[in-house]
Amino acid sequence: MKEKLVLIGNGMAGVRTLENLLELEPDMYDITVFGSEPYGNYNRILLSPVLTGEKTIDEIMLNDDAWYAENKITLHKGKTVTKIDRKQRKVIADDGTEVEYDRLLIATGSHPFIIPVPGHDLPGVIAFRDINDVDFMLAAAKEHRHAVVIGGGLLGLEAAYGLIQQGMKVTVIHLMDTLMERQLDSAAGKMLKKSLEARGLEFLLAASTKEIIGKKRVQGVLLEDGREATADLVVMAVGIRPNIDLAKSAMLHCERGLVVNDTMQTYDPRVYALGECVQHRNEVYGLVAPLFEQAKVCANHLAHLGYAKYEGSMTSTKLKVTGIDLFSAGDFHGDEDTEEVVMQDVAGGVYKKIVIRDNKIIGAVMYGDTIDGAWYFQLMRDGTDISDMRNHLLYGQAHLGDAGHGGENAVMAMSDDMEICGCNGVCKGDIVKAITTKGLFTLDDVRAHTKASSSCGSCTGLVEQLLATTLGSDYSDAPRKTPMCACTDHPHDEVRTGIIANQIKTIPEVMKHFEWKTENGCPKCRPALNYYLVCAWPDTYKDDGQSRFINERVHANIQKDGTYSVIPRMWGGDTTAKDLMSLAKIAEKYDVPTIHVTGGQRIDFLGIEKETLPKIWGDLSAAGFVSGHAYGKAMRTVKTCVGSEWCRFGTQNSTQMGIDLEKMSWGSWMPHKFKMAVSGCPRNCAEATIKDFGVVCVDSGYELHIGGNGGIKVRATDFLCNVTTPEEVIEYSAAFIQLYREDAHYLERTAPWVERIGLTSIKEQIVDNEVGRQKLAERFHFSQKYSQDDPWTQRAKGAEAHEFVPMKQVG
Amino acid sequence: MQTAVKKETESSEWIEIGHINDIPRLGARVVSAGDFNIAVFRTENDEIFALRDECPHKGGPLSQGIVHGKRVACPLHDWKIHLDSGEAVAPDEGCAASYPVRIDGDAIYLSLTPKKGCPNK
Repeated sequence: MKEKLVLIGNGMAGVRTLENLLELEPDMYDITVFGSEPYGNYNRILLSPVLTGEKTIDEIMLNDDAWYAENKITLHKGKTVTKIDRKQRKVIADDGTEVEYDRLLIATGSHPFIIPVPGHDLPGVIAFRDINDVDFMLAAAKEHRHAVVIGGGLLGLEAAYGLIQQGMKVTVIHLMDTLMERQLDSAAGKMLKKSLEARGLEFLLAASTKEIIGKKRVQGVLLEDGREATADLVVMAVGIRPNIDLAKSAMLHCERGLVVNDTMQTYDPRVYALGECVQHRNEVYGLVAPLFEQAKVCANHLAHLGYAKYEGSMTSTKLKVTGIDLFSAGDFHGDEDTEEVVMQDVAGGVYKKIVIRDNKIIGAVMYGDTIDGAWYFQLMRDGTDISDMRNHLLYGQAHLGDAGHGGENAVMAMSDDMEICGCNGVCKGDIVKAITTKGLFTLDDVRAHTKASSSCGSCTGLVEQLLATTLGSDYSDAPRKTPMCACTDHPHDEVRTGIIANQIKTIPEVMKHFEWKTENGCPKCRPALNYYLVCAWPDTYKDDGQSRFINERVHANIQKDGTYSVIPRMWGGDTTAKDLMSLAKIAEKYDVPTIHVTGGQRIDFLGIEKETLPKIWGDLSAAGFVSGHAYGKAMRTVKTCVGSEWCRFGTQNSTQMGIDLEKMSWGSWMPHKFKMAVSGCPRNCAEATIKDFGVVCVDSGYELHIGGNGGIKVRATDFLCNVTTPEEVIEYSAAFIQLYREDAHYLERTAPWVERIGLTSIKEQIVDNEVGRQKLAERFHFSQKYSQDDPWTQRAKGAEAHEFVPMKQVG
Repeated sequence: MQTAVKKETESSEWIEIGHINDIPRLGARVVSAGDFNIAVFRTENDEIFALRDECPHKGGPLSQGIVHGKRVACPLHDWKIHLDSGEAVAPDEGCAASYPVRIDGDAIYLSLTPKKGCPNK
């Protein structure tokens, strides 16, 4: 016979507990739920977006009737429990329904507080608490013009913003002289007021309500100081009070809330309670994240596991008003023992304040730029000593001397145990793992599998970035333990090491050795394995064309219409009249639709049909051109300036240096594309400091720079060392290239690779270790013996013909 | 395109398109059918499948994709398509028309009448 569990309160806290419990012990209890509202369980914190019209009620339902049926839960909708009989262990509802329990869970939530001023019971005066209130406000907005919201806290401002979106003229009356004073200091409060005023809200601050005026219906609000505001609708949002009447009547010990211990039990151990109705260690919570933490503990105890303990929550706040970024956490006011680090740019709308005690963050307020909120919150919870990072703390975690897509940067820079979804306590690692192991592709998938972003939605941007970075291959900054792809449990490094250690020579052998879970891999792992084998066994490995992306298989870049682009090499960006004439003739002969000068100092023929490729290559080859590998994870271009040959500032022959580098390295396959540049002087016209390997000529020789990137995420190079001769440039660059080839993960550019393994490690291997450097360079030159065979010439002569001609013409 | 309901594929419709070794394992070749192409795939176990050479997403040439198991990944945006049905792998939705194929010895025969069930072309 199953135990009987009764839940009073069909809201987020209670139902979340049931969900957690069903995951742990699906068959332990017969469950009955009482809810006073005539709905299933919905996401109360998303009422604001319903009011603004950004979401519908259907979209915020969390558990519909079918969910209760599937889980064999008896739901009594629209019935309010009026009595708990603890002796006979049963609850009685207002309609007379009686249900016995072995364990009882009270999650009755809270009441909105209504200020008992004269007129508070007039028609048109409401709270902002449930779907009824939202419906009422939506209806009022259709018929009436003026609204007053009493209360300038989180809820009041969300209500006010919603009403303005519905076309009403809204005045906010607030007792204090700062908005959201529980979450913001006065500087941030003022900035918030300014942006809300820009959205049309009006404010009466330091305003105490004396009376709500009206005859049949509300007409206005009168303040103590005599000010008045016209109102056809008054929304009271001045706070909530734990709903403990029922608990009190059952003689359960209550103070401000129903008192519970660390396992969420009341003074009657059969009776559990959680959510906004409880008081735990003297705290009463009104935000969603603590409720969910409590739910986990409560479910754990109900499942007779008993190892979880609730020890209170640290909360952070975000305001759900579109376009306003605001974050606060902890103690942001500080006292005599605390220090503050502040950045304030009123015109730019950015304000950040971090409060520090004993070199630890104890609170933060941010306005305008909140991308690092999660980072500060994490540092705060972990009690991290921040003395080493004080100087750049305010610039955020992404401040590594780079620019570009900061958001992506931020989520990339997060460690796996950092929380993304504060509402549901989901960390980055959980989400990444779910994305990779469960093959998730969309936000909804992630929501379904992890619950991240499914409550207040303010972390949606971060989750989307995580999806992009996890699925997109360009920035696989994933920690080392992450498997290569869903086909295997092994990470890149393990597979690479295993290939060498076990002398594995083919893709099927790798898959067998590492117990691949799929028949022949996927488009993620096959190209990676093919590259790792090419790199490991340059002289003997037979390249597997079918494991290459089409561009590398046919040595041209597929375009959106299925035609291809053809870019021949132009060594170091130098050309001649004869070469240009050859190119012009060929372009004319094949009627090339578009000729474009690329960013890598060469010429691109666009719109070539696949079948034409071998023919055009034959002509290019005859004119002395070779493939530019513009399509490959390979050495692309070496950009140069004219250097000392022409430029009055040039210090060395940068053009020749570039040509030599390109002649040395062309044709080599890489983990990702690889670009170089040589500038003739520190004016750096060839932009060498955003290349994978950059050379800046100086009077005394050559500065070598590594790990730059000018793509999605701009990263300036790190300085490697100075050398004095062109021979050294060649040796160091060959060694660096080979180190990257042997160490980086497939599809990892040098920029994230350098950040992952660290500049120090690279310097040790290239600069400090002469023998190691020479060995690396030798291995590169050895590999080049087998790769500098122009693929275009081969194919023009008939190699791989099946790629270029139809099998048959029919019809 | 072809909406007419066909009965059994008649033997007279089978067209010999070539030898199984004309197609690389885990690869594809194109059969040109006038104004459109049909991609003919060969899996690791020498199963042959034929799909219209247009991804249901943005028309990418499926014949150029990476074949893995009984799927191909479109080269343009990496949609995965089931080789046997032409259906996109969930959660993507869409379908590339699928054509009957018959192997006789090492010779491959193709019918130009698409199988039923796929709403497009």
